[in-house]
Amino acid sequence: MAYYEEDDLQRFSDIAKHRPDLFEKFMAWYQACQEEGALSRREKALIGLAVAHALQCPYCIDAFSQSCLEAGSNMEQMTEAIHMASAIRGGAALIHGLQAHHSVEKLSM
Amino acid sequence: MSTVLPVIQPGPNGQLRTDVDFDETLRAHGIKLRAATVDILQVNVGKLCNQACKHCHVDASPSRTEIMTRETADAVIDAVRRCRIPIVDITGGAPELNPSFRHLVQETRAAGARVIVRHNLTVMFEAGQEDLLEFFRDHAVEIASSLPYFLEERTDAQRGHGVFQKSLIALRRLNAAGYGKTGSGLTLDLVYNPVGAFLPPPQASIEADFKRELMSRHGIMFNHLYTITNMPIKRFLDYLRRSGNEERYMRKLVEAFNPATVDGLMCRNLVSVDWTGRLYDCDFNQMLELGVAPELPQTIAEFDPELFARRRIMTGSHCFGCTAGAGSSCGGAVVA
Repeated sequence: MAYYEEDDLQRFSDIAKHRPDLFEKFMAWYQACQEEGALSRREKALIGLAVAHALQCPYCIDAFSQSCLEAGSNMEQMTEAIHMASAIRGGAALIHGLQAHHSVEKLSM
Repeated sequence: MSTVLPVIQPGPNGQLRTDVDFDETLRAHGIKLRAATVDILQVNVGKLCNQACKHCHVDASPSRTEIMTRETADAVIDAVRRCRIPIVDITGGAPELNPSFRHLVQETRAAGARVIVRHNLTVMFEAGQEDLLEFFRDHAVEIASSLPYFLEERTDAQRGHGVFQKSLIALRRLNAAGYGKTGSGLTLDLVYNPVGAFLPPPQASIEADFKRELMSRHGIMFNHLYTITNMPIKRFLDYLRRSGNEERYMRKLVEAFNPATVDGLMCRNLVSVDWTGRLYDCDFNQMLELGVAPELPQTIAEFDPELFARRRIMTGSHCFGCTAGAGSSCGGAVVA
């Protein structure tokens, strides 16, 4: 068995099996978040794509790649969104270097 | 995201079969699909084309030989005159390559019809088409041209290497002749098809993108952009199967069924005629050889607008392509 199955994306609702009430609440929230609002659907799809990459979720990457195309984005825009997520993720790791500096300072004479 | 998903299976003979029936879906929504009127006669003059686009539901190419004869073109002209059909929408293939094309345009214009030509832009550079632009302008032909994206890579991926650059030259020539310019009375509309197995974006937003990008990058103007959903027929269906996207794409169409689109479907005000003169409810049914209902006259020579105005529409699983999301027609999205 592979750890990730492509078809599982279409079986997401199986998660409802043991607590359908919680899944229904999640779906209502999830879908409401994606409606056009102060941000456009296109902007939200690009945020979704960026977060999907930061989380490295293959299901979300697949779903939001399609959402971005269907919202009219092109690969140049999608790649910029992915770089934003990656840069923030890289920066977040890098700034923890100061934690190491502090530790080293504390331990050093 | 639906919690109940249909099971989709490939069907025989190049068609899709799903366990979700289009007619049953209409019935479940209390909808009866019948024509309302006949405003448009869409004339497919044949499968000959100078291009071989990857999404083409006609399977058109330079090697196809099926084209409308002068005799059939005259039967079309006679029907337009006799029935006072207000709009003639000429498609193909590349319709300009048909020897009877100009005769068809001249005579249907003389009969008082608006004439729309599905013009692929690059045919302008074929031998014998040197004066095509002047012909279009002199007959106030309305032009609808496919341009799947405002970037070269995606356009060429669908329509062939070099098509984007040729299309830009053609669009500049059309603009120089007045096409696409406000107040000129010469209509130049563009048609967007997704370059792949996904639905089109909202028409208004992608039209705004095209207008901004084509003007800023290339100084090109046009009137409107129409979004059209790729139909799972012929070459696009082959692509879906080859790429492993058939089931997912069909599921997408079925799940995105929007009952609000049905009133505006093109089959409700259009009749399609093929290169042999046979009649269909739309160009997609034509490519599937799904003729008009058997109780109706089957050829353009026998066409009777009274009988066709309230006719029942022949449907198949491909019809989910026209009812998905904002809907799809030859005039673009059906609902905002």
